[in-house]
Amino acid sequence: MSLAEARRERDQVRRSWLLSLPALFLLAIGAIGPLFIMVVYSFLTPGKYGNVEWIFSTDAWRGIIFTKDIFDETLKLADAHLTIFWRSVKLSFLTTVFTFVVGFPTAWFIATQPPRWRPFWLFLITIPFWTNLLIRTFAINQIIRTEGLLNTILLKVGIISTPLNLLYTDTAVFIGMTYVYLPLMVLPLYAAIDRFDHRLLEAGYDLYASRMAVLRRIIFPIVKPGIVAGSILVFIPSLGAYVTPRILGGGRNMMIGNFIELQFGQGRNWPLGAALSVVLLLIVTAALLVYVKFANREGGHG
Amino acid sequence: MTEAPAVEARSAVKEFGQGETAVRALDTVSVAIRKGEFFTLLGPSGCGKTTLLRLIAGFDSTTSGAILIDGEDVSELPPNRRPVNTVFQSYALFPHLTVAQNVAFGLEMLGRPKGEVAARTAEMLALVKLDQLAGRKTSQLSGGQQQRVALARALAPRPKVLLLDEPLSALDLKLRKEMQGELKRLQLETGITFVFVTHDQEEALTMSDRIGVMSGGRILQIGTPREIYAHPTNRFVADFIGETNFLSARVRGGKAVFGGGVEVPLSRPAADGDVTIAIRPEHMRLVPQGMAGALSGTVSHAIYFGTDSHVHLKLIDGTEIVVRQQTDPDGSGGPKPGAVLGVSFPPAAVQVLED
Amino acid sequence: MARGTFTVTRLPGFNGIAIAVFVALYAPIAMLVVNSFNAGDSIAIWEGTSLRWYERAWANAQVKDATLRSLIIATTAATVATIAATMVALATTRKKPFRGQTAVYVAINQPLMVPEIVTAVALLIFFATIKVATGYQGLGYLILAHTAFCIPFAYLPIRARLEGMDMTLETAAADLYATHWRTFRYVTLPLMAPGILAGFMLAFVTSLDDVVITLFVKSAGQDTLPTYLLGQIRRQVTGEVNAISTVLLCLTVALLTTFFLLTRKKS
Repeated sequence: MSLAEARRERDQVRRSWLLSLPALFLLAIGAIGPLFIMVVYSFLTPGKYGNVEWIFSTDAWRGIIFTKDIFDETLKLADAHLTIFWRSVKLSFLTTVFTFVVGFPTAWFIATQPPRWRPFWLFLITIPFWTNLLIRTFAINQIIRTEGLLNTILLKVGIISTPLNLLYTDTAVFIGMTYVYLPLMVLPLYAAIDRFDHRLLEAGYDLYASRMAVLRRIIFPIVKPGIVAGSILVFIPSLGAYVTPRILGGGRNMMIGNFIELQFGQGRNWPLGAALSVVLLLIVTAALLVYVKFANREGGHG
Repeated sequence: MTEAPAVEARSAVKEFGQGETAVRALDTVSVAIRKGEFFTLLGPSGCGKTTLLRLIAGFDSTTSGAILIDGEDVSELPPNRRPVNTVFQSYALFPHLTVAQNVAFGLEMLGRPKGEVAARTAEMLALVKLDQLAGRKTSQLSGGQQQRVALARALAPRPKVLLLDEPLSALDLKLRKEMQGELKRLQLETGITFVFVTHDQEEALTMSDRIGVMSGGRILQIGTPREIYAHPTNRFVADFIGETNFLSARVRGGKAVFGGGVEVPLSRPAADGDVTIAIRPEHMRLVPQGMAGALSGTVSHAIYFGTDSHVHLKLIDGTEIVVRQQTDPDGSGGPKPGAVLGVSFPPAAVQVLED
Repeated sequence: MARGTFTVTRLPGFNGIAIAVFVALYAPIAMLVVNSFNAGDSIAIWEGTSLRWYERAWANAQVKDATLRSLIIATTAATVATIAATMVALATTRKKPFRGQTAVYVAINQPLMVPEIVTAVALLIFFATIKVATGYQGLGYLILAHTAFCIPFAYLPIRARLEGMDMTLETAAADLYATHWRTFRYVTLPLMAPGILAGFMLAFVTSLDDVVITLFVKSAGQDTLPTYLLGQIRRQVTGEVNAISTVLLCLTVALLTTFFLLTRKKS
């Protein structure tokens, strides 16, 4: 490399960094930097009126799973916490599975429409995706409440004789999360199905495969990257959901997100809230690493 | 012959679209393909040959008419219940499966026992000489190797008929020649009926037992390569396969009368009237002007090809023809433009066209 | 008519499920909108059409206050985020990769990957310290937080636009003696404009919709429209919430339709 070339390249790298600087600065103080401070806070002692005292402590971390008996100071499993974790994981998992079950046919439907109409159908999926999460959850709230549309229809049709009390149950949270996160499943599935070579279906049928066999043995394995992407995109926000369980689960059916918020409100235990957030962050990072590894391994074809 | 044909199309019609805008891709096609035959559907793109193949495979259903396989009407059967397999133009190999898994796929779908699947897969891979690559992913193979996998995969379930949709078009010339021989060998070894679709006349002529020439959604002529080449029955077939001179003539009493009054006896019977006659350039000879039974023409130009020369002449009635002439060993120049010569041909070379 | 048609791409029940999904996606939103015009107090009983909830929301000082605040935050945050995103997009797409570019990507996309509640908690802790140290309680915190999470949304369409652009035009401009700045000003920037506008709109919508981070970062009395709605939903459901939601919904749909048309034109 000549001197001039070297200098030009050095200039270019410097210019790239200069152009990146404002965004990096904003992200550093407005998103990423505070995460590190949060980790520090998880090792401090809760203050009496919220915030923290600068005394090192691992209580918050222990407090995630164990609770101290007020009388004899022995450690017991914190059942209430475990219930919340279990509910969060269970509901997130169910949401992921169910969004896939209904999202896959939807994505398939869009991908097999005439090309001229596909943007329209996609747009129909995208609108709810960009619509305020709060409004969508609120809309579901109105549908499933005792005097809402769902009960009215079910009663009219005669499937049920008394209205279902869905609101403020786990089922309500599950319905709500499925509703609000469905577009996150459909969009990556669509992207994968759109790339899928339809002639492989002909090859499958030609080789005596039934519809089910074509679906299981050909379509699913080939669009797997889309399935994994969609599942992660749904699972991550489900696990950290706050608005949906708050509006549809009421005060009692908390998920991790609401439990974290509680620590900064009535709970007055910022270190525990910080520690819980770190745990959530770690789970999400693990999920993303699995995805990246998978994406790289499967990236060879398709 | 009382044996049922391997494949039969009875007045098969296929229309795409509805009502006013419907396009008739296949127009009342009837053909019977014999068992163990290498049958080629030959025609330009858009002639309906692939449509016919897809109707046989079951990827599309007939608008009217019927498709029979081995004497049984399969028009209503989905492709997975028809005893035929296809080699796709794009190969359509499953990218997530290995070579062996691709070949085994059809057998597994048929619910064959594991042992049989393994044995048959190995046998097929050996047949197409790919046993060394059984564990590879198909994306790691060359075009020719992918072609062989596609063949092995389609042959493995022992279909009654193997359908091949322009399988060689993606290969380069050398590989294509090699695969042509390979396909013929496989067909003879397995004894399976092959229905082969191509637009390449040379491919069709060298490999087929019989050829069906298609155009505009119809089969225009069915016959052996020799019949098709030597005795085309209509202008399209004569023109599409090889080079041909078309001449106007009038048939009268078993003789063809050309412009200028030259009469040539016909070797095959034809009805009286005005006709078009096809004569291959290589069946014509240049002779001195005025010879009996020879047409008279003026040389416009000649193109030297090494093994032969193509001499372009204009006949008295204005028709332009080409005569292929063997080159002289001494490399002499051949006829000069402006020379007036006679063109003669044996009666057997005269083919009266039907339309 | 074709008989016994076998279509390879058709899978049994799929179309039915898909149609049901589209209905299920829009029915609740449609009901919400319909109910905003209900003259009665209950969402269950239809008592005729009226605009009373809209009138009531319009007259509500808290709603006006929250709307204004939402718009100020969204406009400022989306503008700053779009400028920053445009710059970083220029750095990461137009030239060959530089060392550390992957780290820049990760940083930009961080808000998309980390659950909102985690970022919200981290910001609460961070800003609480600053609030104590400086005594400043203003909108700055919300604007900064919104700007940060808007950057990836602004970045994606701008980058997509840049990647689809013809490099030779810039080379041509340089060939015609244009300086770096002039090339950028008269060639690159006008070509990028649709992407920048699209990015701004996505950032704007994202900011306008945010609940969780706003809830954690805001000081007392700094309700935005979504956090105001959240508070109202918790108390009691009145048609006013439906009316505000409907207006917000219309705004989002209008912006998205524009975005859709902007990004579609080029293909």
